[in-house]
Amino acid sequence: MSATATPLPAASRSYALWAALSRNRLSWVGLGLLLIIILTALLAPWLAPHDPLQQHIIARLEPPSAEFWLGTDSYGRDVLSRIIYGTRISLLVGFVAIMIAMLIGTTLGVLAGYLGGLFDRLVMGLVDVLLSFPTLVLGLMVAAMLGASLENLIIAIAITEIAPFVRVARAPTIALRNRDFIEAGRALGYGPGRLMGVHILPNMISDVIVLGSLWMASAIRTEASLSFIGLGVPPPTATWGSMIREGFEHILDAWWLTVFPSLAILLTVLALNLLGDALRDAIDPKLRSE
Amino acid sequence: MIRFAIKRLLLAIPTLLAMLTAVFILVRLVPGDPAAVMLGDQASAEALRALRTQLGLDLPLYQQYLSFLGSVLSGDLGIAMSSGRPVLTEVMNVLPWTLQLTAAAIVIGTLMGLPLGVWAALRRNAWPDYLGRMLSLTGLSFPAFVSAILMLLVFAIHLGWFPVISAATTGSRTEQLRNLALPAFNLGLIMMAYVMRVTRSSMLGVMSEDYIRTARAKGIRPTRLILRHGLRNALIPIITVVGLYFGTLIGNSVLTEIVFNRPGLGKLILGALNVRDYTLLQGLMIVFASCVILVNLLTDLIYGLVDPRVKYQ
Repeated sequence: MSATATPLPAASRSYALWAALSRNRLSWVGLGLLLIIILTALLAPWLAPHDPLQQHIIARLEPPSAEFWLGTDSYGRDVLSRIIYGTRISLLVGFVAIMIAMLIGTTLGVLAGYLGGLFDRLVMGLVDVLLSFPTLVLGLMVAAMLGASLENLIIAIAITEIAPFVRVARAPTIALRNRDFIEAGRALGYGPGRLMGVHILPNMISDVIVLGSLWMASAIRTEASLSFIGLGVPPPTATWGSMIREGFEHILDAWWLTVFPSLAILLTVLALNLLGDALRDAIDPKLRSE
Repeated sequence: MIRFAIKRLLLAIPTLLAMLTAVFILVRLVPGDPAAVMLGDQASAEALRALRTQLGLDLPLYQQYLSFLGSVLSGDLGIAMSSGRPVLTEVMNVLPWTLQLTAAAIVIGTLMGLPLGVWAALRRNAWPDYLGRMLSLTGLSFPAFVSAILMLLVFAIHLGWFPVISAATTGSRTEQLRNLALPAFNLGLIMMAYVMRVTRSSMLGVMSEDYIRTARAKGIRPTRLILRHGLRNALIPIITVVGLYFGTLIGNSVLTEIVFNRPGLGKLILGALNVRDYTLLQGLMIVFASCVILVNLLTDLIYGLVDPRVKYQ
């Protein structure tokens, strides 16, 4: 990210984003995939051929068949239906965690950039500390300390993703805070809250959102990894990571238990990366690849 | 150079202290009494009290903090509750395994990523470039445990080229290499994707500079032009990414060790999680974060070596 460059006005920003999206063909593939994945999550009850929790006792560890398209697991549960329902958890955790990280990170970043001084140094110290822990290790620790549940998983992942948002919000705030239009606002007697919220924030909000879509891929990867380690949403809820964890015990005789959820994770993260890549090109001309 | 190194070293101290403070607070945030959690529901009141005294939990918070800082800074990470051995000993026992794995991954990732990135940049918008970009984006999308499982399925279980459990403590050199190969390639290929991507974009930037045009006009041989004038100037962002990637590499090595059932810090941390050994977890967190801080420091020092201008800033 270019740290000191003056941000473009918001309107030309949105145009640049749109232009970058329509130019990059791969981003359409990403967008299409992502739409399908979101629809799958929303329509899960109608799409899933079976109840994801129903155990077919006589059909345990069955390979893919006409009845169970992607096979069944060791409890006789339908793998396809569990993958379809797992989409909900992955998207929910990824989205909510990034929203929380975005909210906290951007607020801290704008405040630090605007206020400067001791507060700025404290916030940047916090960022340094957060960045000194490997993402997975930090997520793993927080999740382990809080205990396994959906809410705690979201909190753990949100904490690991705060730092980049602080950085991306702070740099333009510093560049903007002494500009004429902010001075004019100050002269008119606007309070700091109004200056930051109404006059500074809109200048960077598209960057923040683009970063959000980029980091959602990382959040979903972390969710899957934590679930694989056993720190995700507790069973019997279907999540991709925990499906792979359970399937891993049968890796020698039931490949379908690990391969299909793996493909689901891969496709979702790839879709977000394809989209995020094009968006990043748009906000950072230095990295532009075309 | 020495002055630059010392200055940079001093800057790492506050980060280190802040990191230790964060670990201290995080461990104290565990709901309930750590002693009760460690001993389980059946523990007697006396056992609880004894453990609380042993852990220093009955002291005022600021004293706990100071003694924590004091012992960590003197290299004492406490006693692992599950094994009764010092945390540092536990870590040192398995550290060579993890170092071997991550070092092999860095070698594979850099040796393959650098040339491929340069090639993609030189053949911009031709098929090597498209193929390379697709490959690197796919590599970036793999959670390390997913790629590890797929490699295990194909190369170890289906084709039988490599052992399923990569933990040869004995055996010949070739046997050990065969054990290292799959985990190392799993980590290395993901890292290759990162290195390739940043090499490509950095080279693209450098190759359009005026001095490249000048050098080309002087009639310098293409290899010399690409390596000395191009790549050398493109190295700084590449080193930055490799340095930043280290944190991800550690996380990925944890997952890889678990999948390939290979001894190392990853399996140690999983074991500590399963028995809720908070002393060991706390120690491991300090070890991991210190590694990252150290690598950041090294990255900055390498800047000074690669680009003489950095030293004078």
